[in-house]
Amino acid sequence: MNPLSTPDSPNSSATKVRRTSLYEEHVKHGGRMVPFAGWEMPVQYTGIVDEHHAVRTACGLFDVSHMGELEMRGEYAAQVVNYLVTNDVGQLAVGQALYTAACNAGGTILDDLIVYRAGEDRYLTVCNASNREKMVGVFRSAAEHHCDFEDRSDATALIALQGPKAFEVLARAGSDAATLSQLKSFHFRDAVVANVACTVARTGYTGEDGVEIFCAWNEAPALWRNLVELGSPLGLKPVGLGARDTLRLEARLSLYGNDIDETTNPLEAGLGWVVKLGKGDFVGRETLEKVKAEPLARKLVGFEVTGRGVARHGYPLRDLEGNEVGICTSGSPGPTVGKNIGLGYLPANLTAIGTKFLVDCRGRNIEASVVKTPFYKANKGAVTT
Amino acid sequence: MSDASIPEGLKYTKDHEWAKIEGGEIVVGITRFAVEQLGDITLVNFDAKEGADIDEGKALGSIESVKSVSDIFAPAAGKLTKINRDVEQKPELVNEDPYGKGWLARIAVSDAKSLDALLDAAAYAEHVKSSS
Repeated sequence: MNPLSTPDSPNSSATKVRRTSLYEEHVKHGGRMVPFAGWEMPVQYTGIVDEHHAVRTACGLFDVSHMGELEMRGEYAAQVVNYLVTNDVGQLAVGQALYTAACNAGGTILDDLIVYRAGEDRYLTVCNASNREKMVGVFRSAAEHHCDFEDRSDATALIALQGPKAFEVLARAGSDAATLSQLKSFHFRDAVVANVACTVARTGYTGEDGVEIFCAWNEAPALWRNLVELGSPLGLKPVGLGARDTLRLEARLSLYGNDIDETTNPLEAGLGWVVKLGKGDFVGRETLEKVKAEPLARKLVGFEVTGRGVARHGYPLRDLEGNEVGICTSGSPGPTVGKNIGLGYLPANLTAIGTKFLVDCRGRNIEASVVKTPFYKANKGAVTT
Repeated sequence: MSDASIPEGLKYTKDHEWAKIEGGEIVVGITRFAVEQLGDITLVNFDAKEGADIDEGKALGSIESVKSVSDIFAPAAGKLTKINRDVEQKPELVNEDPYGKGWLARIAVSDAKSLDALLDAAAYAEHVKSSS
């Protein structure tokens, strides 16, 4: 047994481990705190499977305050942000957001982001905690002489409320919050939630309906406590990074550092839909045009382990003759789908649905099969317009 | 972590296995502490076969939880006499009853003296305290 060897987390050896303003709440709820991307974060409270099911059947509350918030302001802010990302920020209305990648000149992925158009000339970009310093550098230097840049990460807390009961919880959080169900997907607005001034976005990372709530760093504990109190009768539970990972995997949402990184391009990662080659110049465009002109050598696919084994990040993938042909980038039991699932890069000729191959589970070659993704799709309630 | 969850009368390894001495054999499992660290166990795989000679510290197989995979190490050298097939079918037995129905294997120990090196309950409790 070696249960103490927790799975690898980015920058777990970072010298300075930081805490979000919700640290005390996590400890109070029995959260098991682990280092993650330089932060001390809860990996679980009651158990990964229990928390996973809570989000699928009721709702869950996540502290994602460790993520970075980068703000660009000014007449040319839209152009600068649009030059840094692959999706088309120029299409955004005020109050609208989009998912995108940011690439380097070589067309590989620096980070995956959500860009929010917060005002006529104001764009807020949420980046991964593990990439914050890198993206602050990229944004700051791009902004120079063109627009104002501010790293608002230290001032901004972020709480995700996800699951089919999320809007029922908000309905109990005041008259303003009660109308948040009218927000369209990937839209946001300022709102008072449980007496706390917030910005609420209909986005998430679980495959469920729900919101992500920004508020001032110091106000997050009050907001968290209120939402726990209002939501508990409806089945709300605090959810840690463990279930966050199984939830996003079932929904086939990419995890930076696992499925995508600076060795992968968005097209092979299945993120071609966020690459708008026709929008004008942007970092990586020239390379991505060339990549797009050729057939992809490899693709990120979803698979199901059909034999007795669990695929994990980093396990080699083999063809049926046993030749190493790819790599598993994410894998775990999928609590809702009830199967051992994973994502991995395979050569294009092995990516058709139903293709059988092997996962090298620490020396044991276990059979797996390419399947359609997402592994799980929520039956999300109709969005009121 | 209270000492109550570490039964007296068993031997323990620093890798969080327990061993119960029954004549010349030991019954092997993983401790409650290990189970709590692993969380929901979804799969138990045995690589070693019944009747095989095994070395101390060798992996008998592995335990998959939702979050991670861990080896099951043999606390002592000997012959693997029996594998608990129930936990292959129902891995949750390890979560529910790690010192009982969730036992993993029986080993006919080749040198009874080798068991002296294992920890008693008090020493194991101390070890858990220092590693948590």
